[in-house]
Amino acid sequence: MWVMSRASSNAATRISSFVLMIIFLVLALSLTALILATTVFGPGKEVVAGYLLLIGFLGVALSTYVLFQTRRRILRLRIVAPSITTTIECKKCSFKSVREFQRGDYIFKEVEPCQKCSDKMLITAISREVKEKERVPP
Amino acid sequence: MIAVMASLQNQIAQEPLGEYSWILTVIFYAFFFIFMFYGQRIQMYVMIREVEGSLYKLKYMKDEGRKIAIETIKEIGKPQTDPTGRVDRFLEYFTISPQSLDPAGVVWKLEHILDVRDVRFKDEVKLMAPSADETQINNLENTLEVASTLNFIYKVIRHFYLLGKKTLSLYVIMQIQMILPLIMREAEAYASALKAFSYGQPIGDGAGALVAAKIMHGYEIRKVPKDNVVASVPIEGRTVYVIKAEGPGGNVGKPGDAVKTIVDENEGKISTIIMIDAAMKLEGEEVGEVAEGIGAAIGGPGVDQFKIEESILKYHIPINAVIIKEDIGDNVSPMRKEIFDGVDKAIERIKQVILERTKEGDKVIIVGVGNSIGIGQ
Repeated sequence: MWVMSRASSNAATRISSFVLMIIFLVLALSLTALILATTVFGPGKEVVAGYLLLIGFLGVALSTYVLFQTRRRILRLRIVAPSITTTIECKKCSFKSVREFQRGDYIFKEVEPCQKCSDKMLITAISREVKEKERVPP
Repeated sequence: MIAVMASLQNQIAQEPLGEYSWILTVIFYAFFFIFMFYGQRIQMYVMIREVEGSLYKLKYMKDEGRKIAIETIKEIGKPQTDPTGRVDRFLEYFTISPQSLDPAGVVWKLEHILDVRDVRFKDEVKLMAPSADETQINNLENTLEVASTLNFIYKVIRHFYLLGKKTLSLYVIMQIQMILPLIMREAEAYASALKAFSYGQPIGDGAGALVAAKIMHGYEIRKVPKDNVVASVPIEGRTVYVIKAEGPGGNVGKPGDAVKTIVDENEGKISTIIMIDAAMKLEGEEVGEVAEGIGAAIGGPGVDQFKIEESILKYHIPINAVIIKEDIGDNVSPMRKEIFDGVDKAIERIKQVILERTKEGDKVIIVGVGNSIGIGQ
């Protein structure tokens, strides 16, 4: 029911300068480690270069991830009305029809006559279907 | 990361080409001192950011609630003047619960306060929407109450957020951050309920009322206090009094008064009372699952549960409960198909209880508890 949509909002785009400073500091240090790794790389220094590469990549990945997480706050919410269906039944001939909910519908309301036998039809159900995404627990 | 850097620093220091080792030493000490002195503060900032993110969502929900309420009032009520001011005033209404230092008689005091509140709300809605009929007034009242709840949730979270920022106390911000996921679930459920209430759609809470409506449909109905209806239905040779809140407007009635009326009318000669209500499921349980038990199945402030328990105690009437399980989000949002299917299972279970616990010629009361929005009779 809650859907993220892209939209700009002044309030939502405010990101703390402190957080940004830390992110960019980590990014800068990680890049330094990567540059250092290329300088140090040579015979017998593979381990050191490997460590620096590891730190560099980890730092770049971490800071980029945190930066994207912070940017996600820019996304704004909107309420999407779920699809509600109204089931109408004829008591006499059991003819059934399903349509979208209309304002004023309620369960046991008498509506338009039956298409088959022209008898009165009743709203017998108003419901929404939800597709479960979760796995069934053990 | 600090451990890796420390070992790396030692290795580089031992290397003949370790002229860059000072950079790593600086990084190591910087990390060490930052986390030693500012670790808790960093943790607090992370928490504040988390609460802030949720606060934006809550603000959006609150604004949306207000907007939907105003739009619905304008559309249905056709007021002569702009209802915005009145709606804003309504959203700030509060109710003070009675003093319980001396608990004797507190139920009646609470009931009186709730009655006054109910009358006040209805009068306000009538003033806001003069063209609305009784059903629409009930639905509008429910819509405004949802908007008011969202407004309240937003204000409480904002209070703790600002207090946390002001005092920079980890414990102030931590207590709200810990319960935030549950509060957000509840707020999202209320936000989903806005459209349901404004359109008059049946909600998950109405499962009990729907059970009663299905049993009583087609039989003669009369009104009983307060805002309830009752029908006498013959089931397996027994006389069954089926009670529900009057629909299809958003209304929960006072089942406690209705039960007392029917019990008194029959001078206490009731074999059993069966109450049906929607109940919160535990995680892992299926939506629409039906369970059976003993006791007065009714939520709310407790006044009606108290009255029902008083009535059954007076005449020693056994009481059974049938519940239809649902999620907190399903309770106030449009009724799910699984809950609708659960209603038929509950009816079967009720018939089984009647057959097992009573004999032919007995009198039984069935109470369908819940909001009758979108459910006729």
